[in-house]
Amino acid sequence: MKSRATAGCLLALFLVAGFVGVWQLQRQIDSLQKATRVEMDELSISSPTVVKPMSLEYAPLVAAIYWTRAVQYYGEKHRLHQRGLDLLWPLLNIATSLDPHLLVAYRFGSIFLSDKPPLGAGRPDLGVQLLERGIKANPDEWRLYQDLGNVYYFDMQDYAKASAAFEEGSKNPKAYIWMKVLAAKIAADGESPQTSYFLWQQVYDTATDPAIKQNAADHLVLMRAELDLKEINRLADEYEKQTGQRATRIAELVQAGLMKGVMKDPDGYPYVLGDDGKAEVNLNSPILEKMLMEKKK
Amino acid sequence: MTNVWTVAANTFREAVRDRVLYNLVFFALLMMGVAILVGQISIGIEQSVIVSVGLTAISVIGIFIAVFIGVGLVSKEMDKRTLYALLAKPVERWQFLLGKFGGLVMTLIVNTGAMTVGLYFVLWTVKHPLERSDCYLIVAVYLILLKLALIVALAMLFSCFTTPFLAILYTLGLYVAGLFAQDLRTMQAVTLSASTMKMLKGISYLLPNFENFNVMGAVAHGRGVPGTLVAQNTAYTFLYGALVLAAAAMIFSRRNLK
Amino acid sequence: MSQPAIEIERLRKEYPYGFLNLKKKTSLEDLTMQVEQGEVFGFLGPNGAGKSTTIKLLMRLIFPTSGTARILGKSIDDVSMHQDIGYLPEQPYFYDYLTAAELLEYFMRFHKLTAADRHERVQKMLKKVGLETAKKIQLRKYSKGMLQRVGLAQAILHDPQVVVLDEPMSGLDPLGRREVRDIILDLKKEGRTVMFSTHILSDAETLCDRVGVIVGGKLRGVGTPGEMVGIQAQGMEVVFELNGTGKIFPLLAKATKTGERYRAQLAEPELYPALDDLKGAGARIVSVTQIKPTLEEFFMHLVDADRAQANAIDVSGK
Repeated sequence: MKSRATAGCLLALFLVAGFVGVWQLQRQIDSLQKATRVEMDELSISSPTVVKPMSLEYAPLVAAIYWTRAVQYYGEKHRLHQRGLDLLWPLLNIATSLDPHLLVAYRFGSIFLSDKPPLGAGRPDLGVQLLERGIKANPDEWRLYQDLGNVYYFDMQDYAKASAAFEEGSKNPKAYIWMKVLAAKIAADGESPQTSYFLWQQVYDTATDPAIKQNAADHLVLMRAELDLKEINRLADEYEKQTGQRATRIAELVQAGLMKGVMKDPDGYPYVLGDDGKAEVNLNSPILEKMLMEKKK
Repeated sequence: MTNVWTVAANTFREAVRDRVLYNLVFFALLMMGVAILVGQISIGIEQSVIVSVGLTAISVIGIFIAVFIGVGLVSKEMDKRTLYALLAKPVERWQFLLGKFGGLVMTLIVNTGAMTVGLYFVLWTVKHPLERSDCYLIVAVYLILLKLALIVALAMLFSCFTTPFLAILYTLGLYVAGLFAQDLRTMQAVTLSASTMKMLKGISYLLPNFENFNVMGAVAHGRGVPGTLVAQNTAYTFLYGALVLAAAAMIFSRRNLK
Repeated sequence: MSQPAIEIERLRKEYPYGFLNLKKKTSLEDLTMQVEQGEVFGFLGPNGAGKSTTIKLLMRLIFPTSGTARILGKSIDDVSMHQDIGYLPEQPYFYDYLTAAELLEYFMRFHKLTAADRHERVQKMLKKVGLETAKKIQLRKYSKGMLQRVGLAQAILHDPQVVVLDEPMSGLDPLGRREVRDIILDLKKEGRTVMFSTHILSDAETLCDRVGVIVGGKLRGVGTPGEMVGIQAQGMEVVFELNGTGKIFPLLAKATKTGERYRAQLAEPELYPALDDLKGAGARIVSVTQIKPTLEEFFMHLVDADRAQANAIDVSGK
């Protein structure tokens, strides 16, 4: 009996040692591969016509898998500040082909396909294509019209089509009143800061996907800054009118009683006046970088 | 008819004592546990994922049981010769066949029921309380059961005249073919002649149209299924299944046992 | 003359084989045979002769190419006939996940009995075949002998008029064979008809009222065991020892020697002169016995004849 016990102990020891060895070996292999591997995005099958038959009757599940991949793909790219979201369209295309009722995919796609790089793929036409398919499969979802309107308004600057989309969506009895109001305002004024701010606020309020919410928040921050800068310029012009001189520091506007305390940007940094007397974002504020990137597009 | 029930009850008893079935059901429940994890990764569609994974697990495990055990129902008895003493009793061969079928269907109902309970439990842990729309899950499971019953009938038919291996192959092949039967009808291939198209259309009606039973897309998003669809599918299963079992009974009644 | 228990008329079974199943192998050729009510009938033949085929045809496990059969007056097509017959298959195998008691109960459900009646019979039968202690153990743990006993039990549990057993003694030790023999004799006492197939001829000799011998798919003869082998004895056998005597006598030439013993066979008339020789030589007579031909010899004779015929056909190129 003793020999059996010792044999058992030896076997257990061997197993533990063996697995430790395997673990270490695997780590070495991983580091070796990391050094030599070329980062490539790959999607072996990118056609819905192939994937759909292959998923037999389990299409919604496969759709969920592709949707998950799309989200992960975007998240990775965003985290690593990499450019090029080439796979986003094929992944979303397949996901929505397999499950036409995957509403969150349409919304996600409309935003991140249309948005300019690096935030998005810069392909608003694909965003429109995706949304139109979504509307066809889910005619009762008026929010899709809202997303369509957003794409035309922000990314394609086609205010006629944007207005038409909001108008179409407003016909649904479940739609909110502002859809109709927006349709009219855009038809009349085209782009306006108030409209832009309102649209992004809507997206932010109703977003369940964290990436969408974050993106909307980013846009809102920028928009807030723009509005603030406009306001400050207006006050500076007032000051010039009153004093005949151009203000050089924000503090002067405050002293003149035009501003109730130094205005700060959404990140908490006070605005400054540039050499030309125009309002500018503080050099230390992270918003400055975002604004510059936005201007670069 | 009591003979049919006697055989069915014994077939059910055999399934209860077969440990393989418990492992399969456990595996299905494991899949559903995984679903929770997957749901947390893909945001915004957690419920959809859990329902999709759950129904897939129930369907796939069910098909495995239906095909492999369905083929074995007759072929195992013929190979092991347990059938010989039984057929010397005052029982007709068709009663034996029907009883075996009934026993496996009962087994499937119990297994599927267990897996459905597991699925509801998983769903509840993720989002309590459950909503009314979650009832639609039961409809989806019922339709899966209809599909499984049809597969059992086909498995039994093939096992009556081919080897077990071929019977499994044919049954699985017919399952996959049946999923595309609808596509065969709606397909627009310009290169084929009209008569070929007609023939293909005819074949598509002969095949068991398994896509009929698929409501995963609707149920995963909390939408209901029209009652008429359920009724029609029930009728389809009864009719098609009866045809298949009748054919099996005819073949089996004239088969020489070795 | 009451109706025979089993009537077989020109029963034939052919199996197609070969390329495109064009050739035919005849495993049973126009068998015509009858088993009378209340008798124990032995169905003898070498392996592959057609015994099992005949029994399977009777039980409708396989279907005849031509010919008919009736059991208790009902055609073998009639499933209701199975109410009154019991069957033990060759090398029986039962559902190994059931216990003996469960199996017997299961089979009994196909006969019209009340649940209480069923239960009682099952318990009694288990006791009768000596499986009472093992009745709650699953059949997968049973030895071959135990399975054979379960098989017998399910064959006679419903008090059938006719019992058909396919090789009931196969695989049993001498004790088991004795038990089966006793059960068969019990059945006969109860007035039931028993037909069993075997290739163990001594069993047939002791148990059967009549035997039927089948070789190569053809019935070679039916009758009592005695009729089959002929009533005349074939002579006498003398066993003796030479007690140191040196005398030589004619018998010595005919004898075969094993150790110290000599065996010789002679015709009856030659017996007494030979015994005188032995007495005169001072040899010790160990035994004198009558040689009765056994069924085995008759049997071997038939098989050899059949083989010779088959060879003859081959040689002639047909």
